[in-house]
Amino acid sequence: MKILVPVKRVIDYNVKVRVKADQTGVELANVKMSMNPFDEISVEQAIRLKEAGVCDEIIAVSIGVQQCQETIRTALAMGADRGIHVLHDGDVEPLAVAKILKELADKEGPSLIIVGKQAIDDDSNQTGQMLAALLGWGQATFVSDIQVEGEQVKATREVDGGLETISVKLPSVITTDLRLNEPRYASLPNIMKAKKKPIDQTSPADLGVDPSVRLEILKVSEPPQRESGVKVEDVADLVDKLRNTAKVI
Amino acid sequence: MTILILAEHDNTQLRPATLNAVTAAKELGGEIEVLVAGSGCEGAANDASKIEGVTKILIADSDEYANALAENVATLVSKIAENYSHILATATTSAKNIMPRVAALKDVQQVSEISEVIDAETFVRPIYAGNAMATVKTSDSIKVITVRGTSFEAAQEEGGSAPIEKIEASGDAGLSQYIGSELSASERPDLTSARIVVSGGRGMQSGENFPIIEAVADKLGAAVGASRAAVDAGYVPNDYQVGQTGKVVAPDLYIAVGISGAIQHLAGMKDSKVIVAINKDEEAPIFQVADFGLVADLFKAVPELDDELQKNGFSG
Ligand SMILES: Cc1cc2nc3c(=O)[nH]c(=O)nc-3n(C[C@H](O)[C@H](O)[C@H](O)COP(=O)(O)OP(=O)(O)OC[C@H]3O[C@@H](n4cnc5c(N)ncnc54)[C@H](O)[C@@H]3O)c2cc1C
Ligand SMILES: Cc1cc2nc3c(=O)[nH]c(=O)nc-3n(C[C@H](O)[C@H](O)[C@H](O)COP(=O)(O)OP(=O)(O)OC[C@H]3O[C@@H](n4cnc5c(N)ncnc54)[C@H](O)[C@@H]3O)c2cc1C
Repeated sequence: MKILVPVKRVIDYNVKVRVKADQTGVELANVKMSMNPFDEISVEQAIRLKEAGVCDEIIAVSIGVQQCQETIRTALAMGADRGIHVLHDGDVEPLAVAKILKELADKEGPSLIIVGKQAIDDDSNQTGQMLAALLGWGQATFVSDIQVEGEQVKATREVDGGLETISVKLPSVITTDLRLNEPRYASLPNIMKAKKKPIDQTSPADLGVDPSVRLEILKVSEPPQRESGVKVEDVADLVDKLRNTAKVI
Repeated sequence: MTILILAEHDNTQLRPATLNAVTAAKELGGEIEVLVAGSGCEGAANDASKIEGVTKILIADSDEYANALAENVATLVSKIAENYSHILATATTSAKNIMPRVAALKDVQQVSEISEVIDAETFVRPIYAGNAMATVKTSDSIKVITVRGTSFEAAQEEGGSAPIEKIEASGDAGLSQYIGSELSASERPDLTSARIVVSGGRGMQSGENFPIIEAVADKLGAAVGASRAAVDAGYVPNDYQVGQTGKVVAPDLYIAVGISGAIQHLAGMKDSKVIVAINKDEEAPIFQVADFGLVADLFKAVPELDDELQKNGFSG
């Protein structure tokens, strides 16, 4: 089977983001960019399914600016077989991303699409579910374990109350949660090999998708800052402050 | 303008999370209807009909909704969506699973986890782990929105008497099947709505040490939470995780024990009213957001805290 893995280029999770002074967005100049951490988990899972003989081809897809090719190269260095870059020089919203991925799925015919549960920049947590709806496929979101069993995927999902197990018919969309696996680092030889793996380039227009945005961002502002507090001497002082100063216990 | 709220429930009872979405709907203004899709879910529908400010309850009672499978519930919601200006749900894992599917079926760009209503089309939502707040305006004709529970007070559970109307089920999509659940049983309050939360991090060193935190939590009537590191290491179950990619909490008091204060953790608790940090490293970033910081070894400080609470008459 083929597996499609969308990989998003986002500000690295270690960067402390700064809101631009003109409130139009956040500072992206000279900021370290990386693959969305949940997408690393998706790539890793696809590779493990390939190693287990369940999958024979992994296609990494990224939608966005030219530099998204670096994100695809990272996926190729980890072990994906080829890449598709959908070049687009503006923001794309989850619905448009899902529409683009649907077109690619119609062309490529994957049995599984493994999507990150959320991108750590916009924190939308939408794309996978939207894609499943557009394809008319089943979905298993926020998964911490999956087993492919014939024409079904058995998935354990992280839910508010604990864990839930469902089974979904193939083809289907999976969205990955943190505990699914620990992504590997690409080895130097694999980074070299990845340079020779093919990346096709296409565009939303080629795929017949209108990527124009529906949400207008009126402004991006700083969240309220907390005032810094005090250090307490010892536990007795802490309990006293909680009872008599803050009055929360 | 009529707003539809997708209820969160376990068939017999409504879950309190629904009440936060009702408050957000009230801020939008207009009639408020609540959809209870389940199997044998009259109990939940009855609970919903009592919520103050709700106009009507729709009940879709059929096997295919027993476990809130997204494929089935989203089909149902999308069938009735045209009757509404807004479709809302509190951003629980269940709503996060279902709502984007509804949005895509209606060709709508969902607005996720709003923390403020500006007007019927304009909302504030946190992005970048809460390090920036985006004000966004949507022009979609039906607005599909999830609501951050901690940003909106719970509506009154009693006081209403909305009529309950049956609606037709939409059938089983046949795409997925529920197999089972492993829910963490706990006598403690629910993490997202508890007045006090005590959380442990990697500094706890093992799950076997969590009872010292639990003892303090029980004296205070608190819920127990954790950092991602503590969950990944298997000290506690996944549903304890507080943070950007776990649960968002905003209790009156949050006590962070052996947690460094990574931005992803802060994203889930920095709206707490009072924050206490217990950490042996005085440089730990958690102290930058703490109202009261105690630089100490937690294995000494936490049992001392337990004793001190006991002395002050807290017995749980
Ligand atoms: C500060 C800021 C300003 C913004 N300004 C604008 C603006 O002016 N106009 C506007 O329209 N939008 C704007 N956006 C929105 C933004 O560009 C995207 O709409 C948003 O990031 C997409 O949501 P998400 O990635 O959080 O989706 P999620 O649903 O959280 O993503 C989940 C998964 O979907 C997949 N995925 C998502 N996107 C891609 C991709 N591009 N390529 C490959 N896979 C992908 C990945 O697997 C990812 O893990 C802004 C966002 C921010 C944070
Ligand atoms: C995509 C992504 C999503 C994430 N989502 C989340 C999330 O939702 N929630 C979350 O919490 N994290 C999340 N993280 C992880 C986050 O970046 C941090 O790694 C994590 O929060 C660290 O947990 P910690 O503070 O328990 O551990 P550490 O950072 O290791 O800190 C342990 C602290 O304990 C203190 N300590 C040790 N021993 C003692 C002692 N005896 N007495 C007192 N203090 C002691 C140390 O001084 C240290 O400050 C995410 C990361 C990524 C990449």
